Amino acid sequence: MSIAAPHPARRRRRLRRVITEAGSAMLGIVLLIWSLAPIYQMFLIALDPEEGEVEFDGNIWPPEPSLEGFRAVVTQEARYLEDFWHQFGNSLFIGLLTMFLTVLIASLASFAVSRMRLSRGSLLTNAALLTYAIPAAFLIVPYYRIMHSYGLTDSLWAVIAAHVTFAIPFAILMLQLYASFIPFELDDAARIDGASAVQVYRRIYLPLMVPALAVIAVYALLLAWNDYLYQAVLLAPRNSTVSVTQGLLFTDTDAPWNAMMAAAIIYVLPPTALLFVLRRYVVAGLTLADGER
Amino acid sequence: MSSAQQVLAAGPPVSVKGPWRPLGPRHLHGSDFTWAIAFVVPYAAVFLAFVVYPFGYALWMAGKPSLYAELIDDSSYLRSVVNTLLFVGLAVNLKMFLALVLSGFFMRRRRWIRALLAVFVLPWVLATVQSCISFHWMLIGEPGLVDRLLWEALGIDGPLWFNDRWLALGSNIVAYIWKWMPFWTVIFLAARMKIPRDLYDSAEIDGATGARRFIHVTFPVLANLYLLCTLLSTLWTVGDFTTVYLVSNGGPAGATEVLATIGFSYAFEGSNPTLGVAAVMSALPVLIPLVILLMRRLQTSEVRL
Repeated sequence: MSIAAPHPARRRRRLRRVITEAGSAMLGIVLLIWSLAPIYQMFLIALDPEEGEVEFDGNIWPPEPSLEGFRAVVTQEARYLEDFWHQFGNSLFIGLLTMFLTVLIASLASFAVSRMRLSRGSLLTNAALLTYAIPAAFLIVPYYRIMHSYGLTDSLWAVIAAHVTFAIPFAILMLQLYASFIPFELDDAARIDGASAVQVYRRIYLPLMVPALAVIAVYALLLAWNDYLYQAVLLAPRNSTVSVTQGLLFTDTDAPWNAMMAAAIIYVLPPTALLFVLRRYVVAGLTLADGER
Repeated sequence: MSSAQQVLAAGPPVSVKGPWRPLGPRHLHGSDFTWAIAFVVPYAAVFLAFVVYPFGYALWMAGKPSLYAELIDDSSYLRSVVNTLLFVGLAVNLKMFLALVLSGFFMRRRRWIRALLAVFVLPWVLATVQSCISFHWMLIGEPGLVDRLLWEALGIDGPLWFNDRWLALGSNIVAYIWKWMPFWTVIFLAARMKIPRDLYDSAEIDGATGARRFIHVTFPVLANLYLLCTLLSTLWTVGDFTTVYLVSNGGPAGATEVLATIGFSYAFEGSNPTLGVAAVMSALPVLIPLVILLMRRLQTSEVRL
């Protein structure tokens, strides 16, 4: 900055701009490496041709990239992944049902409280937030016991119930916020035309709430997809999910890690695809909830 | 519960006043009332069966005072309390601060920065278990990617990250920040975009640029949201099981265990469920005031920008 020249002010300004640009370019590179390093690590291991020690030979670049790991997963030939598609099906079942039930139960409750203005209904939606006073991980032991008494030992439904429970409070919060931007006149007009409560819910509420419903659907699916603890504790090993298998073996260097990482990459595809498909609605849902209309 | 963090915070930038206080009670009659009750019943049932009952059960399990005496005598419990405080305190605050700063960077109108944002949010979409495992293998030591790069690029012998308590704790924090920072950055970015331009224009006339503009204009506007998000994130991070369990696995020798993981290991590895529940329930005296503070802020303050 200590350049003494004919037009010091202009010079200084230009220099400053160059420094800002160089700084942001450098920050950009750092962020790129930061964001991609763990993903790169996944591919580095997944593209290794052989299982065993090779993956951890300290390569920075896959020496002989091969899709062998992916093939072994898809054909279920890899050790520990004999049941991959069964487990993948379980993960999908849990994820999709968590998504469906969260959207259904939360939208019904939210409709009754905010649109039908059920008196004292807000007590319920406020109480819902209290769920977050106890982190989900803290309730795993009581859940384990309770599912037993409900007769849901080793049942996918036990996991679904747990996920739905922890997804709904956010879903209700989101729906309440979003619904407050939809004028009541719409409901009233429909009622005058003779529509029943159920018809208002189906023909007016649901179509107008699509962006908010998309947000909570993605949210619920990700919640189920990200979970390890509940699926590991509530399900028996022979009936587990992709997350659990990977989490159980993660310190085991003898596992076929090229296939394990290939499985991990396959596993992250569905939510990414869902988010991509719904991205327009999700953005609309988030920004409308931001109060812009 | 960490994925709950993802979107719940999407709420805060909004005035939460409206939705939680309906326009005024209206008496429902006949079939309307029946339908309204029928619509509410499924959630009420879920709430009773899966929130009230388990919580009551947990309180009952952890009710015996002798359990807490046992915990206090256990040095690994006390260490896990310290670790929880360090992990939550450092990880949440670093993450929030970095997210706030980076949201400013992503405000710059350049096409490559827009494209970079799409890459930057990838960690948020990636499943937690898999990304934690990836971090574990990256830091596994000599054959891990990080140490290998340190050797190739700088000729340094990298440390064994999981053999030292502080390095392992740091690794957990870094993995946590990697996973959750993008989401909060997007929240702050959305909030920043709503700050009216003329606020900056008038600040510029008054001679505020760069850092001073941030201190005197941006931060005061975002402060409320920042506090709210930090509170929410703190609540959820206290219950973060996956990061610690799958990155450092609580190691070396349990030196980085937090409450969520030590409760799990008491209950399922040490087959002492009541002690496990007591361990996590001992966090309630801290969590309850946080929740009350949060609810009050949600109800009394206009968070709208």
